[in-house]
Amino acid sequence: MSDTIFALSSGRPPAAIAVVRVSGPAACGAAQALAGRCPPPRHASLRTLRDAAGAALDRALVIYFPGPATATGEDLVELHCHGGRAVVAAVERALAAVPGLRHARPGEFTRRALENGRIDLAQAQGLADLLEAETEAQHRTALAAAEGAVGRAVGGWLDRLSAIAAQVEAQLDFADEADVEDAGGYDPAPAIAALLAEWRATLAAPSVERLRDGVRVVIAGPPNAGKSSLFNALADRDAAIVTPIAGTTRDVLEAAVMRDGIPYRLTDTAGLAEATDDEVERIGIDRAATAMAGADILLWMGAPVEAPAGAVILAGKADLPGADHTGADLAVSARLPHTIAALWALLADRAGAMLTIDGDMALRQTQRDRLAEAAAALDLARRTTDLLIVAEQLRVATRPLAALLGKDATEAMLDALFGRFCLGK
Amino acid sequence: MFHVKQFDVIVVGGGHAGTEAAAAAARRGARVALVSQSRAQIGTMSCNPSIGGLGKGHLVREVDALDGLMARAADAGAIHYRMLNRSKGLAVQGPRIQADRRRYRAAIHQLLAATPNLSIIEGEAVALTLASGRLSGVRLRDDTTIAAPAVVLATGTFLGGRIYRGSEREDGGRVGERPALELGVQLRALDLPMRRLKTGTPPRLDGRTIDWARLSPQRSDDEPWRMSPMTRGPRLPQLACAVTRTNMATHDIIRAGLDNSPLFSGAIEGQGPRYCPSIEDKVHRFGDRDGHQIFLEPEGLDDKTVYPNGISTSLATDVQHAMVRSVEGLERAVITVPGYAVEYDHLDPRALDHRLALTALPGLFCAGQINGTTGYEEAAAQGLIAGLNAAALARDDAPVILDRASAYIGVMIDDLVLQGVSEPYRMLTARAEYRLALRADNAETRLSAIGEAANCISDERRAHIARRMAQRDDLRASRVAPSAVDADIAREIEEDARYAPYLARQAEEIDRMRRDGAIAIPTGAALHAIAGLSNEMIERLTTAAPATLDEASRVRGVTPAALAALWLHARKSA
Repeated sequence: MSDTIFALSSGRPPAAIAVVRVSGPAACGAAQALAGRCPPPRHASLRTLRDAAGAALDRALVIYFPGPATATGEDLVELHCHGGRAVVAAVERALAAVPGLRHARPGEFTRRALENGRIDLAQAQGLADLLEAETEAQHRTALAAAEGAVGRAVGGWLDRLSAIAAQVEAQLDFADEADVEDAGGYDPAPAIAALLAEWRATLAAPSVERLRDGVRVVIAGPPNAGKSSLFNALADRDAAIVTPIAGTTRDVLEAAVMRDGIPYRLTDTAGLAEATDDEVERIGIDRAATAMAGADILLWMGAPVEAPAGAVILAGKADLPGADHTGADLAVSARLPHTIAALWALLADRAGAMLTIDGDMALRQTQRDRLAEAAAALDLARRTTDLLIVAEQLRVATRPLAALLGKDATEAMLDALFGRFCLGK
Repeated sequence: MFHVKQFDVIVVGGGHAGTEAAAAAARRGARVALVSQSRAQIGTMSCNPSIGGLGKGHLVREVDALDGLMARAADAGAIHYRMLNRSKGLAVQGPRIQADRRRYRAAIHQLLAATPNLSIIEGEAVALTLASGRLSGVRLRDDTTIAAPAVVLATGTFLGGRIYRGSEREDGGRVGERPALELGVQLRALDLPMRRLKTGTPPRLDGRTIDWARLSPQRSDDEPWRMSPMTRGPRLPQLACAVTRTNMATHDIIRAGLDNSPLFSGAIEGQGPRYCPSIEDKVHRFGDRDGHQIFLEPEGLDDKTVYPNGISTSLATDVQHAMVRSVEGLERAVITVPGYAVEYDHLDPRALDHRLALTALPGLFCAGQINGTTGYEEAAAQGLIAGLNAAALARDDAPVILDRASAYIGVMIDDLVLQGVSEPYRMLTARAEYRLALRADNAETRLSAIGEAANCISDERRAHIARRMAQRDDLRASRVAPSAVDADIAREIEEDARYAPYLARQAEEIDRMRRDGAIAIPTGAALHAIAGLSNEMIERLTTAAPATLDEASRVRGVTPAALAALWLHARKSA
């Protein structure tokens, strides 16, 4: 049985409408997970999509096409969402969280269509060329990565992982011969924990694609704190505005701004009021929470004690007499240009740090996926004392990293093994 | 006109690969000729006296599950049993025995004599004979020709074999035995990809000159396990080994003798095994170590020869002498045969398919060291597969191919034919990605059905398997208590349960592998016709010649895009 895959199948957002396709045996289940239930076949139904936590993501048209008479020959679900990037990203995140679903690889929908005889061989002819073109690009990327900081980092991780695996294998395959004197009683746990911590820190940093789209600056706080004035001051007064983008709802506004060579995505959120009965307002608040969670830099305009961890605390309306700045990182006012300039300096500082550290080391999505796969395996390795299982998980963890560098995982481990120990009789 | 003797399968070489190949082909019903330079030397253990070990023990049990000879002969000759890794999981336990060489060889002779359809021909094979581009048989030194549609070459280190010791040189595969020179020349002339490898052996000692009292003994296991579940009856008397070690004085002697070492003078071009380094290699590469262990292993009950495992060397005889005498307990030891290195021809195994058949010359199969492996067990396992498939070719039966998920044998052959070798290939449990499922203790469960389908199992073993399979079924279904079945079966089922979640995850991986294994892909010139394959990919695929999409995915350096192009092509051709 094949996996269920999903991907955005319309053009790159922002756009008016974005179509996300889900294909495979769990497609209907995915529709059920996001939209509450799977609609009747071939009927467009308007549904609220929610993530696993119940947070509303979008109102979307959901259409279910049962296989095999579909584009891919499998059960197929289409989600016609609003075309904002945040919406599409949120829907894709929610789909990825559904068990049995994974993001489609390039060309995979076509491959399935072909596999299931839904497109003919003439149509398939072009695909090999297309794939080849893609590898050329991938090849260049891989080469660049191999020479760059990412390649060095992955190479270093692979070496360390191979060394741990070699220690474990030395105990499994050779310790009983008593010729692995320095491997006796080796405990791989500290080395594994250290590696895992590094990987998690790397995974927590934004990906190349994210950074290319801009550093996410989210302005949040209680209503009427001066958020929108600040948003306009940051967005409107700068000549470098690219496009003001109407967000997916009336109450989250986004603007792409380039300043001093750094791309930013500014987001203004709805005021975080107390519990409300108004459905629209409630959705707005949910969205604000989502935006805040996805922020690279969060500007908090509200009481310092209520500020989320890591936020930059701003005291708004600095032009008003008697304003209280206690506990704030910076006092700002749309009417005082020097305060806005100071804020830009602060943003450039933070974003700059993020981009120079991570810009070098930022991973592409595919690299992140491999690293996440390796991290999951390593996490399991940490939870057992059975050397055999540790070795098994190290093997699972080594493979995706070796694949990133085009190396053979077993050979890498054996090189480490024989380089380190005087083995055999 | 001489009468030309006609067989189904000819096996050249009477070592571990050759004897298993001959017996396996005969078990499948083929009429087999086993050609050996010396009848008496058939079944000889040329190097160390042990059989089995980690990874290797798995191979022995797998060969046994397909009714091979090695495990039963090992039990018949065993004078020391040791289950390696006893404290760890069953998946990495390695059964190993030390054999009385004479008794082991006698047991092999006995098993061969009891195999119907098998003739032994004493003589040296000097050439393969061809008839209209196909292999037709072999010609012997005395000009007799024996004919068969399938030939298994299991010539070990005898192909182009050259022995080195200090500045001494001698042509030969083992000390005192002729190399197979003409055959090597003929294979090179066939434009097959031949390369050189080397291996070595330690000096043999006279056990009566060793001061055993000063050394710590290592005794045989008390628990009465056997290599083959078919073995009945009591064990031979068991002998202890002893452990000693080299010291700084030994290392100084070795360093002083390196001038005259063929390994360090560049006389030997072939790559040696990293996991079985010579003592001069160990001292050179790990100079900071103050000593290396030596296991003193008796070679027989009534043979006083002792094998000092750990000091394989090709240093000059006088250096070997001084080196040995510098070791505790060996101060008065007498060397009966000095150690030596042997360099030999081997075939790049990527020229073979998974049956161990040579693609370039239909009818020719290769097994053992000729394929770049080292070790008795590796050789025996290849001999078994080559023999079964040679019989299949001659008699139009189904081939027998084990995949990576079925057996270590499958892992080894897949590694050999797809990746080739850069040093003598030795089995390691780390090479098996399905290690948790491939255990030495469950070889019978894994392989019995395959053996039954290949029709290579005797009636006696068939009855034995049926009885034990019923026990497994009963125990799994909880119809009986664990105490009511054979003890090893109870442990096997218990271990299955312990790793069940991991085995389930691997099962998905195995499914994917087998699905892609069912998709055939083109080979050779046809690769050029596939849209989207770069020249680099075509070259890699041509050398390794994978037959299926799954095999192609394991060829080093083959990209996902190349696999997609292959897959599309396969679809189109279907």
